Amino acid sequence: MLALLLLFIFGTLLAVALRADDLSGLPSDFWPTVWFTLMQATLSGALSVLLAIPVARALMRRSFRGKALLIALLGAPFILPVIVAVLGLLSVFGRGGLLNTAVGWFGGDPVSVYGLTGILLAHAYFNLPLATRLLLQGWQDIPQGRVRLAQSLGMRGMAAFRHIEWPMLRDRAPGIFLAIFTICLTSFSVILLIGGGPRATTIELAIYEAFRFDFDLGKAALLALVQFAICGFVAVIALQTRLPQSAGSGVGHTTLPVLSNTKGIGAFDGLAIFLATAFLLIPLGMMLAKGVSALGDMHGAVWPAAIRSLVIAVASALGSVVMALALCLFALSLRRGAALIDGLGFLILATSPLVMGTGLFLIVFPFVNPTSVALWVTGLVNATVAMPFILRSILPALQQAERDHGRLADSLGLLGWARLRWMLVPRIRPALGFGAGLAAALSMGDLGVITLFSDPQRATLPMEMFRLMSSYRQDSAMAAALLLVGLSFGLFWLFDKWGRRYA
Amino acid sequence: MLELDGVDIQLGTFRLQADLRVPKGACVAVMGASGSGKSTLINAIAGFQDHLGAIRLDGTDLSDLAPDQRPLSILFQDGNLFPHLTAAQNVALGLSANLRLSRDDWVRVDQVLHRVGLGGKEHKKPTALSGGQQSRVAIARVLLRGRPLLLLDEPFAALGPALRQDMLALVAGVAAQEGTTVLMITHAPEDARAIADQTIVVENGRAAAPCDTQDLLDNPPDGLRAYLGT
Repeated sequence: MLALLLLFIFGTLLAVALRADDLSGLPSDFWPTVWFTLMQATLSGALSVLLAIPVARALMRRSFRGKALLIALLGAPFILPVIVAVLGLLSVFGRGGLLNTAVGWFGGDPVSVYGLTGILLAHAYFNLPLATRLLLQGWQDIPQGRVRLAQSLGMRGMAAFRHIEWPMLRDRAPGIFLAIFTICLTSFSVILLIGGGPRATTIELAIYEAFRFDFDLGKAALLALVQFAICGFVAVIALQTRLPQSAGSGVGHTTLPVLSNTKGIGAFDGLAIFLATAFLLIPLGMMLAKGVSALGDMHGAVWPAAIRSLVIAVASALGSVVMALALCLFALSLRRGAALIDGLGFLILATSPLVMGTGLFLIVFPFVNPTSVALWVTGLVNATVAMPFILRSILPALQQAERDHGRLADSLGLLGWARLRWMLVPRIRPALGFGAGLAAALSMGDLGVITLFSDPQRATLPMEMFRLMSSYRQDSAMAAALLLVGLSFGLFWLFDKWGRRYA
Repeated sequence: MLELDGVDIQLGTFRLQADLRVPKGACVAVMGASGSGKSTLINAIAGFQDHLGAIRLDGTDLSDLAPDQRPLSILFQDGNLFPHLTAAQNVALGLSANLRLSRDDWVRVDQVLHRVGLGGKEHKKPTALSGGQQSRVAIARVLLRGRPLLLLDEPFAALGPALRQDMLALVAGVAAQEGTTVLMITHAPEDARAIADQTIVVENGRAAAPCDTQDLLDNPPDGLRAYLGT
């Protein structure tokens, strides 16, 4: 299983390498593209982490009605289809959006969100909540004893911050930044939707354009190779850094005493929470409202696309879970298994889905018409891409199950299949359900590899939505977005509920 | 008869040696300070701890057998039941690890549950049972497996004193009827006096041969005296 997965990652890479042009084939805009890719990822990471600090801190110190709900909502952007979120953001910050309408009232010139501004906005939309949750976890992990010690010593203001909170931030923030940096490095759909042009093209987008517009496979392969080199480099750095563990469901149920209390801090905390909530909810709310009012405009091609997407999402979620479970069981039998899983998880995270897609395209191209296998390729790539999240979810659960009941199972002879069926799966069911839900939702909303093989007969729902947006049928796109969001969250909810039953 | 012949366990700087015999059907307490190696000894017999030397039961060397292949049952300090399985299923695991039981087997499961006083609780999950009832389920499984040796690694430590003594009495009664040899770790002298004729003292890296519990507790050696605080 491990060999198969590595073969999949490196095999597609080899296919890419063999097909790549030599370096003289680099397009003239190559260096600006690399520069822009790195710059937008750096800015996105920094922006998300810096803005998350006051929000997480405020959430940690204040308790108010709806806090638990808000924290749960912070998890939502992770499974929100990118294209839906972008549509929501455009309806607030876009040309005819709320912001520009307001600017218009005051006689200002309209603000454009296409290009770097929009990319940062969208990346912050997805990653600010993630960073907030991870930082919240950090605050929560500060030992209670240390807080009480600070209180009993009468530490206030900056002293408290320096001795209690700053060490935690210094420990956690770099890892969180690096994780977001990596996510944004391989971000494709956002750039496809609101980037592009000579001044806002990333390597991923350049690969796509080489494919779709020039059909220059050599150039696409060369770019894919460059992307892999950069991601590989980041992965090596990441392995030396403490990466954040996923924020579980127990986050945010405690409140830290307000130590660093200075004048006006209460208002500041309130403002941070208010702005973050508005930033999170208004685009989503706009999208939902417009989607509902546009339901009558549902395009006919949307329904078959939705069915295709559902099938792919469920199949790739199940495939992903089975692969992840097999890998974890294998890893548990090794001495350094957990480290192996960590490394593999990050390798996949740093592997661009588009590069994998490019490799698969190159492999199947000589034998079959790539569009005829587009859905298979999409499902396979989706299943692989979701693996790191499932691995993170089930490995700790498996380890816990072995700690709690391993010896009992040994003494009763629960080995092999019986152990899996009667001990492990029932114990890790919540983690399995959660992981499968994530995988299904991510696959449902994926607008990546499929764009390489665009074929109206085999479009997924996000692809169909992209087509509607490209042909300026905003209302139909909004209606499709509503359906997409419903299906993504619905799938997640169903899988997660399966996991929680009997728990 | 259980024989520990030149048993030698090395765990980092900690070392435990044992050379002793326990007669068939005896109920023997294992006492000693925390960290003296009581659990290590039990784990070695159960197959969870590598060791030198031989551990034999009625002449058969157990050393190369997997934990479930050994002719013994063990009750741990905690985690003796799977929380997602019913009482009956937890007991049934003692007959088949795949939970593939014949109709007759399920009848036997029912019978042992009745015998430990849990008739009618077959379909309850452990969380729906009291601490004492949970212990009874684990004892029912031991009974059903019918292995000639039973190891108790303080399974009832979390129960109150009265309930703990009830459980020990239940175990002792069952063991006496079945002719099971019992080795039980305990911190409480009154438990040892109540059901164990003999006691193994573990101290200074050695597990001593079993000697009479009453004599031992009436005239404890220095190490045990310090530990008991008498």
